[in-house]
Amino acid sequence: METVPTDHLSRESVKDGTDEALVIRNVTVAYQQKVVLRGVNARIERGQVIGIIGPNGGGKSTLLKAILGVVPIVQGSVTLFGRPSATLRHRIAYVPQREVIDWDFPVTVWDVVMMGRYPHVGWLRRPGAADALVVAQVLRQVGMWELRRTQIGQLSGGQQQRVFVARALAQAADVLLLDEPFNGIDSQTQEVIRTIIDSGRQAGKIVLLATHDLVSASCACDCLCCLNQRLVSYGPTQDTYTAAILAETYGGPVIMLGPAGSAATVVPPHTPSHPPHAPHPVEHPHHRHIHEPLGREHE
Amino acid sequence: MMETIVHWLVEPFAHAFMQRALIEVILMGAVTGAIGTYVVLRGLSFIGDALSHAIFPGVVIAFLLGRSVFLGALAFGLLTSASIVVLATTRRVKEDSAIGVLFAGSFALGVVLISTTRNYSRDLAAFLFGNVLGVTTTDIALSAAVGGLVLLLLVLLHKELLLVAFDREAAQAMGVPVFWVNLLLLAMISLTIVVSLSAVGNILVVAMLVTPAATARLLTDRLPIMLGLSAAIGAVSGVVGLVISYHANVAAGGTIVLVATVLFGLVWLLAPSHGLIASNLARRRGAPQAESASAVILERPEAHMPDGR
Repeated sequence: METVPTDHLSRESVKDGTDEALVIRNVTVAYQQKVVLRGVNARIERGQVIGIIGPNGGGKSTLLKAILGVVPIVQGSVTLFGRPSATLRHRIAYVPQREVIDWDFPVTVWDVVMMGRYPHVGWLRRPGAADALVVAQVLRQVGMWELRRTQIGQLSGGQQQRVFVARALAQAADVLLLDEPFNGIDSQTQEVIRTIIDSGRQAGKIVLLATHDLVSASCACDCLCCLNQRLVSYGPTQDTYTAAILAETYGGPVIMLGPAGSAATVVPPHTPSHPPHAPHPVEHPHHRHIHEPLGREHE
Repeated sequence: MMETIVHWLVEPFAHAFMQRALIEVILMGAVTGAIGTYVVLRGLSFIGDALSHAIFPGVVIAFLLGRSVFLGALAFGLLTSASIVVLATTRRVKEDSAIGVLFAGSFALGVVLISTTRNYSRDLAAFLFGNVLGVTTTDIALSAAVGGLVLLLLVLLHKELLLVAFDREAAQAMGVPVFWVNLLLLAMISLTIVVSLSAVGNILVVAMLVTPAATARLLTDRLPIMLGLSAAIGAVSGVVGLVISYHANVAAGGTIVLVATVLFGLVWLLAPSHGLIASNLARRRGAPQAESASAVILERPEAHMPDGR
């Protein structure tokens, strides 16, 4: 039984000895013959933070789920440390979009964070004292210790986000996948998430975040992966965060605004790049974002 | 006064058949209550209903062949569980339609089969509404064994069942075999329905799967406590319903379900934080209040069923 609170998984992976820890090779995802994402290539090293950007329905969440191995990859492969990522799922931690969670479920903050320890506990066993230590530590790290006995539906949006980030931290994984982590949160939570991304980078982890918050993405990420049902561009942020690439990603002219010295705010084109009559089966519909200016700071 | 109440409670159990019935309803109430927690949290009440109906032809066939009714029901229960999971995974037909077709067809088969017997209406009534006063020692032993197994699985697989119920994608991502956990859960529900047939019968068992758990949800925000409370409410409803039915000389199965329903009504009104009165008071004071759990159940159609993805 593995209940040692140290990050044993990272040590294990050091001997894998490859710079390209996470390799996405020509990945195409389809649901029942409907291709939702195609031709994605990316090589990601340890200590890199990757921002996945693109319009709604562009395949941001789908790419994260392809890395997790929970959506059908019809072509290509995702390998982590040279092995299919689906076989190393316990080394990948995932923070889902808040919209997909049932907030009325009878679990407390503590219960949810403890779920991150489950891959370490094993079948038929109960989490032990070492797991409780890890949970307590990450709860303090995200500033949720005082609220540990609260049912999750009673929390604010930002607090809910921190609970799921804490669950991912408790999993002590090598890869951290964040789906829209900056959606509707307060400044304290934004700060906590930024800190966690930075410490993840320093600890040699791989962080991927799907977001429509272009300002946060361009500030926090080393590389950007621009998706619009296909890979538009992948590369260092300074090379990809350009008007031309963003226009191609969002499928039309993009206006970049913002005072000098600050990051730009980007307004999406009014014509969606994908036909409106083809509802997207993968991304969860949150229509309220569609005509909202992207990249708005939530502070 | 006290003496009268005690006498009222104890007197029925002077009869051996009432003692057997007592053990049976406690077992049934506790097991349906416990597994009902997952039925309620995952919005599986329609599937519970479907399973109980689909089991019917198995019961009838076993009865006609003179074989164990338990085995017949079990075979059909497991077969239906598997069909539902497969249907949900393949998504050829809209899931609830597929389940509706499946269970109505099964039930009709059972009705046709049982109409071939001479004591048609009496047999039908016993299967549909239970005959707890007629349970044998063998029935009780079987209920204890199967109920014990279901409770044991609930304890041993708590982590996996919780994770799949709460966050299927995370469960999948963490390597939990979601398909098999879902199949196992349906099999456990089937087993529970099978052991409940003699106490409340085919039609009313869904009430025992839903009502005690819905009541417990109003009283707590923690799953382990909800499981225990729901089992206790199920067992208490069983005992109180049995005693009332004895004194009032009415059907035991129906009375048990009515008691559970009344308990739900009381809790819905009076529960400390989720109850109607407490919520209204809190709203009037302007404090944020918890959404009522009954709304939770009604508002979660998307959580209807494992779709295996």
